[in-house]
Amino acid sequence: MKNKKITSEKKFEIVSTIVLTVLTLIALLPIALIVIASFTDEQALLTNGYSYLPKKLSLDAYYYMVQKGVMISRAYGISGIVTIGGTVLSVIITAMIAYPMSRKNFKYRNHLAFFVFFTMLFNGGIVSSYMLWSRFFHIKNTVWALMLPNYLVTAFNIFLVRNYYANSVPDSLIESAQIDGARELTIFRKIMFPLAVPTVATISLFTGLLYWNDWINGLYYITNPKMYGIQNLLIRIMDNIQFLKSGSASNLLGTASVDLPGTAVRMAMAVIGILPIVIIYPFVQKYFIKGVVVGAVKG
Amino acid sequence: MNAKKSKAKRGYAKSAPLLLIALPGIVYLLINNYIPMFGIFLAFKQFDYVKGVFGSDWVGFDNFKFLFHTRDALIMTRNTLLYNLAFILIGTVMAIFVAILLYELGVKARVKLFQSALLLPNLMSWVIIAFIGFSFLNSDSGFINNTIIPLLGGKEIAWYSEGKYWPFILVFVYLWKYTGYASIIYMASIAGIDKGIFEAAKLDGAGKLKQILYITVPMLKPTVIIMTLMSVGRIFYSDFGLFYQMPMNSGALYDVTQTIDTYVYRGLMKLNDIGMSAAAGLFQSTVGFLLVITANGIVRKTDEENALF
Repeated sequence: MKNKKITSEKKFEIVSTIVLTVLTLIALLPIALIVIASFTDEQALLTNGYSYLPKKLSLDAYYYMVQKGVMISRAYGISGIVTIGGTVLSVIITAMIAYPMSRKNFKYRNHLAFFVFFTMLFNGGIVSSYMLWSRFFHIKNTVWALMLPNYLVTAFNIFLVRNYYANSVPDSLIESAQIDGARELTIFRKIMFPLAVPTVATISLFTGLLYWNDWINGLYYITNPKMYGIQNLLIRIMDNIQFLKSGSASNLLGTASVDLPGTAVRMAMAVIGILPIVIIYPFVQKYFIKGVVVGAVKG
Repeated sequence: MNAKKSKAKRGYAKSAPLLLIALPGIVYLLINNYIPMFGIFLAFKQFDYVKGVFGSDWVGFDNFKFLFHTRDALIMTRNTLLYNLAFILIGTVMAIFVAILLYELGVKARVKLFQSALLLPNLMSWVIIAFIGFSFLNSDSGFINNTIIPLLGGKEIAWYSEGKYWPFILVFVYLWKYTGYASIIYMASIAGIDKGIFEAAKLDGAGKLKQILYITVPMLKPTVIIMTLMSVGRIFYSDFGLFYQMPMNSGALYDVTQTIDTYVYRGLMKLNDIGMSAAAGLFQSTVGFLLVITANGIVRKTDEENALF
């Protein structure tokens, strides 16, 4: 009897390891293809296509980027500024609005919660939001266009921090600070914000990822290539492949098309676009997973 | 609840300083989320750049009339709904499947390794994913046309102009990106199941498979309900990146890739048809709103614990 149970579990372990290995390969192999392509010789790419076992390896794509890196480093700079600036701003404002919502004796806490929650239920659509940001706030072709619309403060994150405050910070802490004569802003700055560090880390991660990966704001609000972040630069370069293929490009561009980066370079750019994420990921994985779990619990 | 009330009675906090702290967030939500809600009147206007948002002429329901007379309206609504249904159904099954495998595997180091790998696609932007898709699918140098098809002895396929493959491609890519993420949520709910139940089942001689089928899966019901409820509320929305970037905005594929979101974008930015685009957007947010309310109402009737609000 006992033996049978052990074998049933052992069997399960073997089968699930195999299935998960297959799924893992499916998850990783597509990413591996562009990494390998970025290290493939351009000529080999043209004749043999993308391959996991390229005929000839080469670092040319990366050399090219170092040499002609002005546009690329500019785009990285913009993505970096937007990611860091947007995340810092987002976290501070989110924690600030979440704090009063967590205070059980705050008169308007339910009003405020509904005010935030309603944004999850209904929205005015992209057309009016586009009109507002571009025609009234004139953010087109500025870094604000990449930072402000849509992502800065979201109901999801607010509820995440609110729940953390409400569940993990004892009321008595605030009361004793008040007895010591601390004002609300001091309480927030000196006590509440530092206490929220675990959640702040989690939402920073989500927000940072969102900003780094965002291309939609750029698509709507950036028309000047000098203001492209890395994602929008990648889109532009991918568009150019289509453009070249359509045949009309050679007439229009003449020899200019020679200067367009080759396939390997495009892939190398995509690879360094992923790189920051892959580097930070192992260190922040636990926060990421915690964030997904906590976020799944209703506000 | 009573404890909360008595605490509240102990004296309201002074609201002004607290409101002041909340102010930046309130202002942002007003600008980003609330003011555009009033902008829905654009759907009832013939927008004219010269006359501006307020000066343009009212046209009643004309934008809607035109929109619903086009073939686009039917196609984008159908696509949005069918893809989302497929995502909810297949996505949930896959996520639970992976969650159970990961959870039951139990070997910590291996679980972490698999989980990290399965989550990685979720961290990539749609632009990068489109690059990856292109490296597989493009007709001259793509991996599939160059390596897989010759291996199987078939004929090359022009992926970016043949619509019939795209429902499968899009569902596959969706699962590829989101399964790892969704499985974390289900893993957490499995972890929340009382271990005693499994112990008791084990004593009764139930093997792993039986435990999973008769304990784990039924116990996941509340999580499935809440996750489905949230997806149903979003059923009129689609992942813009999946439907716009992934097919490389290929016009030949619009029949199977056009969703309300991509239509609104094209209407607004490419065709400059602001009225129709706004009408489609209002259609989307209104039906979306009604769906959230309805779905939540149904859940509240049957199972109050799991309702969203």
